[in-house]
Amino acid sequence: MERKPRGVDRKAYYAVKMRKAAQLLFYRRHSIPGARGWELRRRVGSDYLKVINLLNEYLEKIGLMVKVVFEEGGQPENPTTEQYDRARFYITLRDNLRVEEAKMVGWRIDDMAALCASIAYIISRGGKVQRKELEDLLKSKIPEWRVDIDLNKFIRLGYLIEDENGQVYLGWRTRAEVDQKKLIDLLFEAESKI
Amino acid sequence: MGGSVGGGGERRSVREAREELLRIIELCRSVEAKGLDPYLVDVDDLIRVIREYFPSWERIEDLCLDTEALNHIASIVRMQGEWVKQRATALYRDPFLIEERVRSLSRDKLAEIFLEAWLPIVEFEQLTLEGFREALKYWSNLPPLSERWLRTGYVRSEMQTSTREEAIKEGILSGESFAAELERLWLELKERASGKGRVRYWDFIGSDTYEETARRAYLTSFLITYGYARLEIHYLEDEIFILPNEKPTPIEGSELISYPIPISFEEWRRWRESRGA
Repeated sequence: MERKPRGVDRKAYYAVKMRKAAQLLFYRRHSIPGARGWELRRRVGSDYLKVINLLNEYLEKIGLMVKVVFEEGGQPENPTTEQYDRARFYITLRDNLRVEEAKMVGWRIDDMAALCASIAYIISRGGKVQRKELEDLLKSKIPEWRVDIDLNKFIRLGYLIEDENGQVYLGWRTRAEVDQKKLIDLLFEAESKI
Repeated sequence: MGGSVGGGGERRSVREAREELLRIIELCRSVEAKGLDPYLVDVDDLIRVIREYFPSWERIEDLCLDTEALNHIASIVRMQGEWVKQRATALYRDPFLIEERVRSLSRDKLAEIFLEAWLPIVEFEQLTLEGFREALKYWSNLPPLSERWLRTGYVRSEMQTSTREEAIKEGILSGESFAAELERLWLELKERASGKGRVRYWDFIGSDTYEETARRAYLTSFLITYGYARLEIHYLEDEIFILPNEKPTPIEGSELISYPIPISFEEWRRWRESRGA
């Protein structure tokens, strides 16, 4: 049985656990980055949620945070231990990037606009659309030759998923990185400004 | 095809009724596949048609068709439920309005909106010290190739083709009738696949010795070519399954493709290790 830390040991105990959790979350070990709750439990211990909270506080100082994506989608009101164990934990930026910063990390403005349009369109269609429909929408804004490249890139990165019937869905990365409700709200707010 | 179905003044032939069921199935399938609005389907009307025909079905095939149609209608009802649920969420906005927004906003504005809702994942991809230490440990414990080959009695030789006679001489194939060997292997495959309908390719051809594995792989290739079995290849999972056919069914009218599967000594060793042998 794990010994509970007391007094001065406590700080060192959690420092070691935070290091373990950070390694697990920062370094990609599978095709998808981050780690599942049960993986953290196995490596860090049964108090992994407390360790994650401490890590989150630490990361705040450098503009990062731990993002928890629940399997059921959305944010359950009072998540159970099982829900946390099945959830995926990622480290994301805490603050939004500016256009110049996004360009510096390799994103073209065209690509961001195309991804924004694709995600919004898929959400509006209840979570899935035919690739052909998406291509037609994107062709209205970006050159035709880029449409295929962009869609394949979004699928490769995990923002979108395409099945064998040519249906396109939102991928794991969109669920982890994009605040879908905020995106849709902003699209509608932008309406009055144009 | 005689007989008529339906009540009241309208009587239809069984063939027409079957065609009607097929049309219903096709309609539901197309709504499911294209993600169309499920409320475009008048479920009550379809149920009425199915109910009208039901008492007239006598053949098992017709009853199966009836069940399939009902099953598809059930899927449409499920889609209708999801459709309502989705519209009730905070995320729901009129799709045409969103499409109009996306089309009318400038490229820069769309990118700006996206950036406000986007918090990208941060990850490292470089080698960690721990990983490096593990790799070094593995490398230090790894015996040289010459030693490993000696240990398993493996002699590297150039690849070349061989005839059936040479294979018999080497002991890879037995002298008994080739057809009899195939027949026996086919029966074995049917038995091993009787539970799940398929067997992992390597689990089927794999044996205690490399020579026996190569022999089984050779025979299996003929089982597939002659239509005794077929392959199911899962490219993403890198898995190959072999499925027996109930009767030898030569593939006609479609193009045959050759699918090479390497049966190398290393592959065989990996398979043995994975089975804990």
